Amino acid sequence: MSLTQDDVKKIAHLARLSINESDIPDYEKELSSIIGLVEQMNAVDTNDVAPMAHPLDMVQRLRDDVVSETDHHEQYQDIAPSVENGLYLVPQVIE
Amino acid sequence: MHNKTLSELSAALQAGEFSSTELTQAYLDRIANLDPQVNAFVTVTEQFAMDAAAAADKRIAAGTAAPLTGIPLAQKDIFCTEGVKTTCGSKMLDNFTSPYNATVIEHFNKAGAVMLGKTNMDEFAMGSSNETSFYGAVKNPWDTNKVPGGSSGGSAAAVAARLAPASTGTDTGGSIRQPASLCGITGLKPTYGRVSRYGMIAFASSLDQAGPMTRTAEDAALMLNCMAGFDERDSTSAQRDVPDYTANLNDSLDGMTIGLPKEYFGEGLDAQVSNAVEAAIREYENLGAKVKEISLPNTHLAVPTYYVVAPAECSSNLSRFDGVRFGYRCDDPVDLEDLYKRSRGEGFGAEVKRRIMMGTYALSAGYYDAYYLKAQRLRRLISDDFTRAFEEVDVIMGPTAPEPAFGLGEKSDDPITMYLSDIYTIAANLAGLPGVSVPAGFVNNMPVGLQIIGNYFDEARLLNVAHRYQQATDWHTRAPAAFE
Repeated sequence: MSLTQDDVKKIAHLARLSINESDIPDYEKELSSIIGLVEQMNAVDTNDVAPMAHPLDMVQRLRDDVVSETDHHEQYQDIAPSVENGLYLVPQVIE
Repeated sequence: MHNKTLSELSAALQAGEFSSTELTQAYLDRIANLDPQVNAFVTVTEQFAMDAAAAADKRIAAGTAAPLTGIPLAQKDIFCTEGVKTTCGSKMLDNFTSPYNATVIEHFNKAGAVMLGKTNMDEFAMGSSNETSFYGAVKNPWDTNKVPGGSSGGSAAAVAARLAPASTGTDTGGSIRQPASLCGITGLKPTYGRVSRYGMIAFASSLDQAGPMTRTAEDAALMLNCMAGFDERDSTSAQRDVPDYTANLNDSLDGMTIGLPKEYFGEGLDAQVSNAVEAAIREYENLGAKVKEISLPNTHLAVPTYYVVAPAECSSNLSRFDGVRFGYRCDDPVDLEDLYKRSRGEGFGAEVKRRIMMGTYALSAGYYDAYYLKAQRLRRLISDDFTRAFEEVDVIMGPTAPEPAFGLGEKSDDPITMYLSDIYTIAANLAGLPGVSVPAGFVNNMPVGLQIIGNYFDEARLLNVAHRYQQATDWHTRAPAAFE
């Protein structure tokens, strides 16, 4: 299947990406051709195949419920675009 | 000094033939003089390097040196390096100075290695030509009108041009092996989970794996000895002992069985590349190996499957770049949604946006089963092909890439053609298997790589197989004329 320009806009919104109106025809064409490529998958019947999420057969490790991290907030916030009193600043969300 | 391998440099440093300070200065001078021709480095860390070299010289003098002590290395700019700009080839991280080190970097620091700088790469490791970097394309040292491959193109070009004796790369769909092939060097992608992913900026977490890029298999073994190991900070790190990868390099190949997948020698493979790979396999027969034709029947599904799995994981991983906590933020956002959308829209390049959108689509309501779940089922089939093959053979061989390096700009307008550069490398990532590319000849004066795929955690054997070939051939010793 191929995408429409409205599909492209919807996907860009879901991904929280601004895209230029003038680039939409290119995205429509390129994403449609990638979807065409991946739809080659449909040639094989996989109903009886268990999905493989991960290359190694492993279980999630557990650890003791103790504090292992030290406080780095000053160091981490030092590289943030906008910070005040230890809080990240963004445009006002709640009136 | 720059024509010595890492192993030779290590021996020379221990023997006091020259100091790490002299060696490091020599490489920094080469980078200053020659890197403008290839654009392999995003950042050169002169002061860090000279300080580390001085510390290494003290350690060598004190007799407590490790094999990598004092060895200058180039690090792919995907590894977080404390106090040093870490860009991942993106405008999004152009202003990002990492507050911590990746585990791989910590391992090298502990060994006393010297970081020369951070190497250029496709943006967020998404690309096969190094043309998607915010910092400009890297050029192939063998012909600067051609691409070095990608995404670890800067790391490959730096080693090929003798701007560093070794470098690190990461491989999600071929990003170590394909540039190694195109630049005529040795590049090893270890088994998934062998090297810690902590502090390595994530692209597709179930596929990403770091590894060494070197001139020789012996050098790759020394590098992997330092890089590999369990790390509790990586939730998918393998809890297995690390062998000494140099211990079995010289083992005989007598009686070893090489599997040749018929699907790797069919349509799409350049005839001259095929000839070079076949000549390499004859060399292995001379070394005592047996050859057996095998089939990996789902090979043709690897690229389609990968272009669901990798973009899906990428769209999830790259959601962390939101313009709030670090990285690029757009000017004057009117509201929070505008902040997210424009920071991401302006900060990411075209290929990254394409893949985020492809992944978002594949994971969106109503399409998940048709794309993501379907791809996970095919991933099992592709992996099962290898499991069956390794019941009959010890290693699998074929070409690393379907053709030698292509021209800059030749494929950048067509994503699908570019994606097919990785047809022989992607399946090993989906299965999680280790693979190495070794120089195996030239086509029209451009290097060609032989790919060797091994069973899980069989890196020592891969390096042994690669090393014995390098003892019998001299392709890996060739240097591009402009950088001899």
